[in-house]
Amino acid sequence: MSPTKRPYLKLDRIGKTFERRGVRSEVLRDIDLAIDKGEFVSIIGHSGCGKSTMLNLVAGLTQATTGGVLLEDREVNAPGPERAVVFQNHSLLPWLSVYDNVRLAVDKVFAGAKSRAERHAWTLHNLELVQMTHAKDKRPSEISGGMKQRVGIARALAMEPKVLLLDEPFGALDALTRAHLQDSLMEIHRTLGNTVIMITHDVDEAVLLSDRIVMMTNGPAATIGEVLDVKLPRPRRRLELVSDATYVAAREAVLKFLYERHAYVEAA
Amino acid sequence: MTYAMKSVESGEAEARRAPVLAPALAAIARGAKATLMWLAAKALPPLVTVGLILLVWQILCAKPGATLPPPSQIWKDSYDLIAQPFFNFGTQDIGLGWRVLVSLETVGIGFGLATVAGILLGALVGQSEWAMRGLDPVFQVLRTVPPLAWLPIALAAFRDSRPSAIFVIFITSIWPILINTAVGIRNIPQDYRNVAAVLRLNPIEFFAKIMLPSAAPYIFTGLRIGIGLAWLAIVAAEMLTGGVGIGFFIWDAWNSSRLSDIIVALAYIGLVGFALDRLVSGIGALVARGAQAN
Repeated sequence: MSPTKRPYLKLDRIGKTFERRGVRSEVLRDIDLAIDKGEFVSIIGHSGCGKSTMLNLVAGLTQATTGGVLLEDREVNAPGPERAVVFQNHSLLPWLSVYDNVRLAVDKVFAGAKSRAERHAWTLHNLELVQMTHAKDKRPSEISGGMKQRVGIARALAMEPKVLLLDEPFGALDALTRAHLQDSLMEIHRTLGNTVIMITHDVDEAVLLSDRIVMMTNGPAATIGEVLDVKLPRPRRRLELVSDATYVAAREAVLKFLYERHAYVEAA
Repeated sequence: MTYAMKSVESGEAEARRAPVLAPALAAIARGAKATLMWLAAKALPPLVTVGLILLVWQILCAKPGATLPPPSQIWKDSYDLIAQPFFNFGTQDIGLGWRVLVSLETVGIGFGLATVAGILLGALVGQSEWAMRGLDPVFQVLRTVPPLAWLPIALAAFRDSRPSAIFVIFITSIWPILINTAVGIRNIPQDYRNVAAVLRLNPIEFFAKIMLPSAAPYIFTGLRIGIGLAWLAIVAAEMLTGGVGIGFFIWDAWNSSRLSDIIVALAYIGLVGFALDRLVSGIGALVARGAQAN
């Protein structure tokens, strides 16, 4: 064994093949990726390239056919709160209030570790992080899409995850709300230093938020085509970045990858 | 206007209050009027319909040679049953209110057991592919057996009429509860299951915190059908098993040719059944308020 630093999270030669009624379809092949603690990694690619499958593998919601996921050198093969997921469609429980949605997670994860009062305070603290304290007693159906996603983020953060997994978290939001939430997420990442993996199909979002952008080739049997380091200092401000040479270059690199070398072939 | 003028004479305090009071009173009057309008719109059509039915009935049955008594005759014959639901003059001479309560108690026990068993079995069938494959055909066959067909078996097994009646209620009302629960649980969105998986909810927590609330609208559909069937079955079961319930009262009245009493009892049964249905659907609406996806 080499004495060099071991990766915090490692995707080790992952392959995933789905089998339905005897028809095998290979979705992912030879995915190798190492992520450091505190790193913000985006995964970008066209629809159907297996991005979500990759995230589900790290979350433990799906099992790899070959290879495996290692978190702090331990294999991950079941879901758990140390890999909290912010789902694409928020997945808040509609019969619980905003507070109770977060509290459910807090109660479950810190059942033995925190007292009742501490769990209450921790729930409120996380709602405050995403600026949702004002709507804590509302039900998910009474708040906007952006607010729901904020609560989803609060619920994930409240689990104090080792890795935060975001599955196209802002995909269903309008551009203004999305920008607002991206800023919030950058701020949270700066304060808490979480390790984050985010699935996205938005080039600007990927460049703005990430330390590294993992670009996927098209399926079937998709794999990592290229990994781009985004060497922009933090904190990043979207207005200043518009004309920043590094930003423009990174953006161009991703666009070229997606639309020149691996253009989406319509599966008509 | 006159009010304001009068208050100038009767003192300044009054004068200051009057302009405040007047609009408030007007608002109350408006509210009362709106309530009355609403009541009229809601209550008038059914009242008119009932009146017409009674009128037609009276005309048809008042003719000489009619086999059934007209409403006026029923009112005369069974006045004590209509006016006093809760008199008590000994074991078989009690008001229909008491009889309904006796029947309701049997239904309550049978239906309560069916609710618990139906939801638990429904959860099992909805959650497990193998349980569904094994149990679903059995359920589908058993649920078509008419309630009263179970009665002889129940009497043979329990050797007593009351537990048999409870069993008939149970076996009648469990199927819609069970089947609807299973459908509701099969329809729990994968998202909620993923949330539960990430949180590592254990099966009991999953049942209480995800399954029940998520399937609540389906469960209450089942409960509503179930309570209707249970109320249908109790009357028939009591006719055969005896006792003091409303079903036996009808049988007893038939045997002593008290046709008017039977008709009054039918009205009681209908109204109670209606109330039960509204009660369950009301609770359902209250509980399932937040369960619909958005």
